[in-house]
Amino acid sequence: MTAQVITLSSGKGGVGKTTAVANIAVALAADGLKVVCIDGDIGLRNLDVVLGLENRIVYDVVDVIEGRCKLRQAMIRDKHLTGLYLIPAAQTRDKTAVSPSDMVRVCNELRPDHDYILIDSPAGIERGFRNAIAPADRVFVVTNPEISAVRDADRVIGILEAEEKRNPALIINRLNPALVKQNDMLSAEDVLDLLGIPLIGIVPEDQSVIIGSNHGTPVAQDPRSRAGQAFRNIARRLRGQEVPFLGMEKQSGLWDRLQKITGRRA
Amino acid sequence: MDDLIAAIRIKGMRDGLLVSLPEGEWDEQSAALLAQIDSQPTFFQGARVALEVGTQVLRVNEMVDLRDKLSERSVSLWAVISESPVTEQTAQLLGLATRVSKLRPEEQHSLDAGPVPHDMALFVNRTLRSGTRIEAQGSAVVVGDVNPGAELVAQGSVIVWGRLRGTVHAGSAGDRGAIICALELSPMRLQIAGEALEGSKIDQDEHARTASIRDGAIVLESWQPAGTGQA
Repeated sequence: MTAQVITLSSGKGGVGKTTAVANIAVALAADGLKVVCIDGDIGLRNLDVVLGLENRIVYDVVDVIEGRCKLRQAMIRDKHLTGLYLIPAAQTRDKTAVSPSDMVRVCNELRPDHDYILIDSPAGIERGFRNAIAPADRVFVVTNPEISAVRDADRVIGILEAEEKRNPALIINRLNPALVKQNDMLSAEDVLDLLGIPLIGIVPEDQSVIIGSNHGTPVAQDPRSRAGQAFRNIARRLRGQEVPFLGMEKQSGLWDRLQKITGRRA
Repeated sequence: MDDLIAAIRIKGMRDGLLVSLPEGEWDEQSAALLAQIDSQPTFFQGARVALEVGTQVLRVNEMVDLRDKLSERSVSLWAVISESPVTEQTAQLLGLATRVSKLRPEEQHSLDAGPVPHDMALFVNRTLRSGTRIEAQGSAVVVGDVNPGAELVAQGSVIVWGRLRGTVHAGSAGDRGAIICALELSPMRLQIAGEALEGSKIDQDEHARTASIRDGAIVLESWQPAGTGQA
């Protein structure tokens, strides 16, 4: 077993990176895979809250890097899913406590015993972002259908291309089909048209996501949630399965156009 | 190795340190630089460094590697000055500066002197994404899009085989005969020499168009294939 390391990044803050990491991780673990999430946002940790594990933190990733504990000791096991672990960020330190090579070392130590390692990148394109993408085999760029988020995603994709981090894929989060229909929101097609990278998921706006985050139970475990379904689909696509995009089949021909757009630059 | 370390020249500038590397193999040069920094960690702590690398040809991996190693030593690399176009392009890709203002006044003149090589073009075979800034001494040809938030500045003309949605300045040294053309011309802002045109004042048109200066203002025209024009 050699884990694939996937970093979720966005440039802009608040687009839903942490929620996406938690939900994709939960979906993968619910399918029996062994998954470790690493919170890369040193100093502003919150992945532990979204996963409902904040009360169990004893050691964090900086303790591992600085040798105060073994890697195993910093891995918090999920309350429900046996294959899911979290390595939390330190809350009282800053980004300079970690270097890109530290992250590569931690991931290499985790790789043999897991299927997937998901890293939650902090917002921005500075040190914390560099740390988070250093060990990545793949990067998922998370964006919202908003011009500012798309602009920042474009910047991040440019940096990934310059650093020859191969095949970034796009997650469009919080799409509201009703607003798109009224021409009040960018459509998935508009976003893909500009960014020109393959799509791995479209997550509809859904208030159950926020409720789930506040309760520490990601919606990917809720069979009735449409957003939860979207995250489960991302997990399946990540594993190489072909899954049609949610709601796309209703709108005639859009999926064909999406494929043309994404395929053209592949 | 000690010789190399001794040959590294460090100057203080208004906006940080200028570090000049001696000629040599890159592995040795970069190792010497890091050894120099490690020997005086307090001097370099938190420094902004502009690195002069002479004719050394650097690829993305090499520059990223050095930048990360410097960053681990709390040194931030903000500019790479090079005589090699490949290295310059690498630095621009990574968002590093390639010119340092008021660097050496005595040499500034020679940089600006001479006719603009209009028959030379920088060929960019990729999409320019937000945050990228590319400067060309002559003209520039982009095969790909120029996205919103990207900037392309050329002393000559600019041709975009793709969608131009960012900011382009042609004739940046004052050439009013420079043109800008793109398969889709819907920029944030266009400038030719001293004339500028805001994107909001440009009609949407999916056809290829050319922008040039006529009667003191930038004018856009649809491109007509030969034989199908009105003439």
